Amino acid sequence: MTDAPSLHPKGPRLDVLTEIDASCRLPLFVLFLSAAAWLVIGSGFELIATIKFHNPNFLADHAWLTYGRVRPAYLDAVIYGFCLQAGLGVALWLITRLGRTAETHPWMISVGAALFNIGVTLGILGILSGDATGFEIFDFPQYAAVFIFLGYLMISIRLLVTFHRRRERLLFVSQWFLLAALFWFPWIYSTAGLLLLSFPVRGVVQAIIAWWFSNNLLCVWLGLMGLAAIFYFIPKLTNTELHSRYLALLTFWFILFFGSWGGIPNSAPVPAWIPALSTVATVLMIFPIISIALNFYGTLKEQRVKAASNVPLRFICLGLLGFIVSGLMNVVAVLPSAGDVVSFSWFTVARVHANFYGFFSFVMFGAIYYIVPQITGLEFTSPKWVRRHLWIVGLGILLVVLPLAIGGLVQGLKLRDPNAAFMDISKSTLMFLRASTLGDLLIAFGHIIFLINLLGVLKRFSEPRALASYAAATANLFHAEAKT
Amino acid sequence: MNYGPLIFLTAFCALAGSWYGLVLKPQLQVGQLQTTNTIPAGAAYPVSRPGLAREGSEVYRANGCAQCHSQQATQTGIVCDVILTDAGTNQSAVVSALERLEQGLSKIKAAEMLSKLPATVLHGVSKERADAAAKALKTAEAKTEVWILPAGPDIARGWGKRRSVAEDFLYDYPVMLGSQRVGPDLANVGSRLPDANWHLLHLYNPRLTVKSSLMPPYRFLFETRDIGKNPSPDAFQPSAGLQPPPGKEIIPKPEAKALVAYLMSLHADAPLFVAPVTVPAPPPSGTNAVSSTEAGVTNATPTNAPAK
Repeated sequence: MTDAPSLHPKGPRLDVLTEIDASCRLPLFVLFLSAAAWLVIGSGFELIATIKFHNPNFLADHAWLTYGRVRPAYLDAVIYGFCLQAGLGVALWLITRLGRTAETHPWMISVGAALFNIGVTLGILGILSGDATGFEIFDFPQYAAVFIFLGYLMISIRLLVTFHRRRERLLFVSQWFLLAALFWFPWIYSTAGLLLLSFPVRGVVQAIIAWWFSNNLLCVWLGLMGLAAIFYFIPKLTNTELHSRYLALLTFWFILFFGSWGGIPNSAPVPAWIPALSTVATVLMIFPIISIALNFYGTLKEQRVKAASNVPLRFICLGLLGFIVSGLMNVVAVLPSAGDVVSFSWFTVARVHANFYGFFSFVMFGAIYYIVPQITGLEFTSPKWVRRHLWIVGLGILLVVLPLAIGGLVQGLKLRDPNAAFMDISKSTLMFLRASTLGDLLIAFGHIIFLINLLGVLKRFSEPRALASYAAATANLFHAEAKT
Repeated sequence: MNYGPLIFLTAFCALAGSWYGLVLKPQLQVGQLQTTNTIPAGAAYPVSRPGLAREGSEVYRANGCAQCHSQQATQTGIVCDVILTDAGTNQSAVVSALERLEQGLSKIKAAEMLSKLPATVLHGVSKERADAAAKALKTAEAKTEVWILPAGPDIARGWGKRRSVAEDFLYDYPVMLGSQRVGPDLANVGSRLPDANWHLLHLYNPRLTVKSSLMPPYRFLFETRDIGKNPSPDAFQPSAGLQPPPGKEIIPKPEAKALVAYLMSLHADAPLFVAPVTVPAPPPSGTNAVSSTEAGVTNATPTNAPAK
């Protein structure tokens, strides 16, 4: 086993890299912009949902906006709309960059992304109109799921072909994670779709499969994609070699072999061996957390460029912290003693948010802030607002995760006490829920900034080109007119 | 790990293993579950929910009720009660057996106990101790029953007579176990709150029935219309605490009735082999049936209730 290939300029000439970047520009625009748009839409739904804890009568007379529909719409818009699309976009860029190959059929990826977006749109409308499946994180009805599946398949097949055609044959750590993630989703999504919607299995097996799916999506898929980006960007942006390829390999194996078994809660009304197995696997997930922490402690100790000096790098380092924190929260939530306390409480919501917001979205923000200037050759219009985005979203996530985690602990402890009246328990969580609304507001604001930042670069990039092509077209026209 | 195919193979093995363990294996075991019998009555369990309740399950799904309500009653263990039902003929032997069982029980108290049967001899003890006591009383020719009572905070709140088990959900689609308790667990709501009118009012405005409830109102499941010549029998009675506009009445739409029928069909109290519980003889029947006909939910009689 050789050490990581150097990612630094000694390799191909700069114009080759520009060519490679240009080849995936269009699909990246489509994926990143729609991801950012879904993020804004999703946080709008989240705001509606959280305001209902301040006043239950808020928008209560519209079936489409009732809490039980708005909340899954929020989660699915963020997870499918943002996380998956941003992840696929970053994967596309990493695969072309690390493989030193240009994407030969970028239109296929754009079409795949369009299909995917049709799927998310249909799915959100389906949830709001009352067609949700009833399985958490797998809420999209069948007519939307088909588009999601086909769109993903189209993108991932292109990515695999591009990976196969790579000119740099030596594999870097990130590529292992990317390959596994690309392959993971079609399998879990088709299993869930076939066994829950097309040919539904009987009884609680449905619940087991739904838990298996959501764990594999949230812990494994997001974990693999996010870590692929972390493994590339932290060494790259600090201009340091990755500390240890072997530790990375250990992380990879642990996430694949143990991460995929988690997700079944101890309270589940299923034969005891199933949650027991799941608990053991989740506890073993402490090892990838430790190996990641050691690996990046080693890498960052050697850093040649200060991590704080670079905004994308700051995002990604915070995302790394988010991975460690959310991973530890996952482990705590299944331990026999602590897990019984926090099950059914807001702690669950806190740890899911720590995962997809604290970890994944931060890594994606950092990656996108690095990639977009590369593919357009333009800096962000206002670097000040990129820094503000970091602060606002970071504070927002802290203000969501912290109150919900503490509120969940309080709620869980009281739920264990048979003499505590249920209404008093609900009331005692209200304070924490209302505090988290502030976090949701900040997050929504941050997401709008993100979208505007992206649109700003896009506008500056495409305007001169659009004007030029318009001028070219009209010049021909005048020319033709003059002739006649 | 420098070959694409090798990485694929690793990922394939990992996911195939997890798929085998958490999809295929549960399907082969739990997915083959058949109708079982309640113990000791021997009635078939579960029976699929009646049509209206099945429609109600769709309303429950469409409005995402499971976002806030779990349907997983849990228990931390079981305790036993020993009930003396018949003292037999050799009363002095029973009295001395009782004395040995309960330290500090005087002869007079024991004799008093025998005069008022059935009496609880031991309360909240372990299964071993209850069996030993039952054996001792049996040698004194008395008849006893050992009651099995699940314990835990959920049971204490009435969220279930026993824990939820896979059997409870055998004929449900989709199975909505929920993951949060923003509102109370609903596994046993049909037995805990058996009044359909209460549920309708609670859906219309939760704060009329539960003062500081966080639940949003579901007024879109109801209709406010002119009273006209034939007032609807389903309309909320003035005593309910609602003030409809003059000349109007508020009636539940079919969705609301179906949802209530579904809620009333949720029970976690059938005594099963996997989740034993002793259900005391039910109170004289008729109370539930009356209230459900009043609300117009005529075929909402819970069918998976324990056999009497």
